[in-house]
Amino acid sequence: MKVLARVGLTSCAGFLTGCSGVQSALDPHGPAGEELARLIWSFTALCTVIWLMVMGVLAVALVRRRRQAADPLETDVQSEHAASRAVLMAVVATGLVLVCLTVLSFFANRTLAGIGADAELTIEVTGYQWWWAVRYENSEPSRIVTTANEIHIPSGEPVRLVLKSQDVIHSFWVPALHGKLDLVPGVVNTLTLQADRNGTYRGQCAEYCGAQHAHMGVLVIAQPRVEFDAWYEAQLQNAAEPSSELARQGRDLFLNRPCVMCHKVQGTVAASNAGPELTHVASRKTLAAGTLSMSRGNLAAWIADPQSIKPGTRMPTMNLTGDELNAIVAYVETLK
Amino acid sequence: MKMRTLALLAGVAILLTGCQREERDTRPDPVKGAGDQAVPVTSLAPGGERPVDTDAKAARFADNAFHMSEGKRLFDWFNCSGCHSRGGGGMGPALMDDKWIYGSSIENIHATIRDGRPNGMPAFGGRVPDDQIWELAAYVRSLAGKSSKAAAPGRNDDLMPHPSENRLPDATTLGRSP
Repeated sequence: MKVLARVGLTSCAGFLTGCSGVQSALDPHGPAGEELARLIWSFTALCTVIWLMVMGVLAVALVRRRRQAADPLETDVQSEHAASRAVLMAVVATGLVLVCLTVLSFFANRTLAGIGADAELTIEVTGYQWWWAVRYENSEPSRIVTTANEIHIPSGEPVRLVLKSQDVIHSFWVPALHGKLDLVPGVVNTLTLQADRNGTYRGQCAEYCGAQHAHMGVLVIAQPRVEFDAWYEAQLQNAAEPSSELARQGRDLFLNRPCVMCHKVQGTVAASNAGPELTHVASRKTLAAGTLSMSRGNLAAWIADPQSIKPGTRMPTMNLTGDELNAIVAYVETLK
Repeated sequence: MKMRTLALLAGVAILLTGCQREERDTRPDPVKGAGDQAVPVTSLAPGGERPVDTDAKAARFADNAFHMSEGKRLFDWFNCSGCHSRGGGGMGPALMDDKWIYGSSIENIHATIRDGRPNGMPAFGGRVPDDQIWELAAYVRSLAGKSSKAAAPGRNDDLMPHPSENRLPDATTLGRSP
């Protein structure tokens, strides 16, 4: 018994360690996240107190059993009155608690709605099966940045996210920064994101959207304004001319093979937008919407057979020889 | 009582078999590209009746609901509408009518997309994986009502100028272009 209890406690403690880190609503890093965490904790605390009270009363009732009446239909007017009063009071108390929680939730909502009304940066996030297209709006068309599956934001500043969907309903959820908000086809939702500290926060599609819903992750990277500006300028650049012979060969293959039908590499004739933009793909941390970390091996595995890694993904398995694959990977690696 | 339960269970089991329409073939195995394929544009041949060359893939892709809906998505992605205008025709010929310059069989359409045709149709062979060309070919047939109504796409993802493909009339009998 004692062993069992110890095992139970240890595993509970193990679960609790999952509450901190890059993807946790209980480890907030922005004003909206903090407001929501406060709400979660106050709800939990209040409900715990009520649960303990109910359990206490139940225990008292079990311990102090009333004597069995001789006639089960016999009624005692006095105790009936007391019981009615107790039930009435409990109902009133329940109502009051519910009203309190509603008011709490209302105030939290009001705070959330008020955050970042003065956001300067607008980012359009479009959900696809199963990846995120990211587009930084700018009044100057030549300064619009498009990328995928990774959102860089300046820390300490509110950023407006415009959420859209191209196929089915998705949901954008970065637990450490904000609550969920759905991406609905034909509807535009907006959300204000603000990270108070630098860091990498993981997000996840939170509305079942098909076979690879679980592999639809997104990274939000909050960095100081200076670093963010440098990143932005780098993203505006065309893809660099490959320096090695192998990479040049890879570029020619890229432009003559199926890659060119879906992907965009700025500075080449590849200009499709059916798949994620690849102009600076090698500078991202992950591959295939958070499925794999970015490395040469993973890139090769992904291009060689995406259907084994993410079955059902829209990227088809292509017919490439080993040499062709090697060259294409060498080229994609230069897309920093 | 026992008989009734058994009969009910059997009924449910039979109903369950209806849940499976077809396998989704997302990963061709073994992974192979386009082979050499001899597709005649016409079934006319000298010397009387002869078996017509067909491709083994044709049967796998024709009238397959998954492949046709993928074909519909690819039709949009690869901008077939740029010339064929949602099947109604523009710079390129209409795909909803009963005029097939280079043949209406799935093999003919596959060859048209893969190798291109004179006066404008580009050759997509090599640029589009072979299986996707078959998917497109299967979908193009449904635009003219030439595929099974039970398998043709039944839903449009966005605004479309014509009903979904499973409700399009068969172009051989109806909807002849002037």
